[in-house]
Amino acid sequence: MNIVVCVKQTPDTAATVSVENGVVTWGEAPLVLNPWDEYAVEEALRIKEAHGGKVTAISLGSEGAREALKQALAMGCDEGVLISDADFGGVDSLVASQALAAAIQKLDGIDLALFGRQAVDSDTGLTGAQVARRLGWPSLSLVSAITELDPAGRSITVQRMLEEGRQIVRSPLPAAMSVVKEINEPRYPSFMGIRKASRAEIPIWTASDLGDVGQAAVSWAEIIPPPRLETRCEFIDGASPQEIAGRLVDRLVEEKVI
Amino acid sequence: MSNPVLVYVDHFQGQPLGASWEAMGVGRALADQLGGGLAALVLGEGIEPIASQALAYGADEVLLGDSPALRDFRPELFATVVSNVVREARAEILLFPTNGRTRELAGEVAVDLETGVIPDVIEYAAEGGSIVATRPIYAGKLLAREVIRQQRPQILTLRGRAFPMPQADPSRSGTVTSLVVSGEAVTEVLGYTEAGGGASLSDANIIVSGGRGVANNPAITPPADVADEKAAEIWRAQQGFRMLGELAAALGAALGASRAAVDAGYIPYVHQVGQTGKVVSPNLYIACGISGAIQHLAGMRTAKTVVAINKDPEAPIFKLARFGVVGDLHQLVPALTQAFRERLGRN
Repeated sequence: MNIVVCVKQTPDTAATVSVENGVVTWGEAPLVLNPWDEYAVEEALRIKEAHGGKVTAISLGSEGAREALKQALAMGCDEGVLISDADFGGVDSLVASQALAAAIQKLDGIDLALFGRQAVDSDTGLTGAQVARRLGWPSLSLVSAITELDPAGRSITVQRMLEEGRQIVRSPLPAAMSVVKEINEPRYPSFMGIRKASRAEIPIWTASDLGDVGQAAVSWAEIIPPPRLETRCEFIDGASPQEIAGRLVDRLVEEKVI
Repeated sequence: MSNPVLVYVDHFQGQPLGASWEAMGVGRALADQLGGGLAALVLGEGIEPIASQALAYGADEVLLGDSPALRDFRPELFATVVSNVVREARAEILLFPTNGRTRELAGEVAVDLETGVIPDVIEYAAEGGSIVATRPIYAGKLLAREVIRQQRPQILTLRGRAFPMPQADPSRSGTVTSLVVSGEAVTEVLGYTEAGGGASLSDANIIVSGGRGVANNPAITPPADVADEKAAEIWRAQQGFRMLGELAAALGAALGASRAAVDAGYIPYVHQVGQTGKVVSPNLYIACGISGAIQHLAGMRTAKTVVAINKDPEAPIFKLARFGVVGDLHQLVPALTQAFRERLGRN
């Protein structure tokens, strides 16, 4: 199985993000491998361990995204590719999917492309399906388990997590797939892995390496902080739990909450 | 009449989602602003009843793709059908309710039509011929106002419960046009299993949610066969979540949990609310034993009313709460369940 895992570098989820002069900042908080992507990397490694093959991590981003790729390599990916170009400044998922699909085609012979369910910064959750469409591959999104993988028979069966329950889907390979947290428990990088990653050569592919890449369709008009929410908390007190509960229910009814 | 606005009516096994009708309400308002008609697109098998509902909720025309091939949602086929319809109709605006299916579908259609998608929209304004749509980024820690200036259609997916549910008017009439479905599906849906999560968090009106504090009940003693301390902790937590489940049942609420509770093995991941779980916006969110880590607050900050029950008066969750109780949830929750039962039973 030749597997690609597409990863992104994002601020840590514990970061306090804010907006200054229209630009998003996260203070001193570190940039990390997008937490959702860790599950995709882990699943790629598990497939390789079970069926053999190779795992290539790809990231589209600035030079700094190299660190996210090193994290993926330290976990056990075989190779990394950084897609980076000044032209990719304000990309949206339409352009990102085009660049990633072109990179996957350039790698050639890929059986499966894995994605995290979404990036914790932009929160679009569109890229995996869009890469699939560009490649003409089936998209299997929000996968919580791979129930069968038959590389020789070119077939994969997965459980997808829908709001209403789980859908069991069989698909031919190659395919693109996004995974949810339930699918596995990501490993920590090993000492050897970290050493290997620190020495790894990560090539940079630019827009011209990937053929024609189009223009973004979605632009950010403005980034704003969310409206301040009412912060005055009315504390409810009473002599017994029953009295407190009764008062709380009274207040909820008075305020027409229930 | 041309229909510049098209709404995709999502349903699961013939049950339309409420968020589909909310999207129809937005579509109606946009169509009226543009001075054009509103078309609804319904794909599935045996879904004719949804067509008349779509008319009642504001559509002028329903485009109905009713075919055995469309019984199960398969993005590769559904996207082809939607893209063909949009090309034919020359729609300016294509709206979806937001969920796992429609994110996938909207993304694929956007590739076919080389246009943009603004997902999970919570507000919009029509400005200078384009829609400026607001959506949460960084799990709601910030809001982005986004616009698709050049390409058409503008594709938006609308977050459930962010827009009002329109009033259905059964006397409204319109045309129903059957679509000839062409396209190929390469995947095969073998079946469905229950998520086992009870009421769905995403469209819950009320959520009762628990954190680490749920395990913290020294008053109960685990049975003798519970071996070690970790097992005893999980046993206590499960009793605690059962108690929260009773409160949820009394309210017809969904059961949520913090990441800390999920990571500790107290309750399955389907219940997790927060930045790496579900982002929810119920009318009422009752947080029990949840201190309020920033990632959790990001997932529930748009709840209309938050009630927090916590031992620690300094817990950050109280900053978001409209009502707070400082105390032991193991005493309060059963009392609250009883109080709600009495009150709601009488009404």
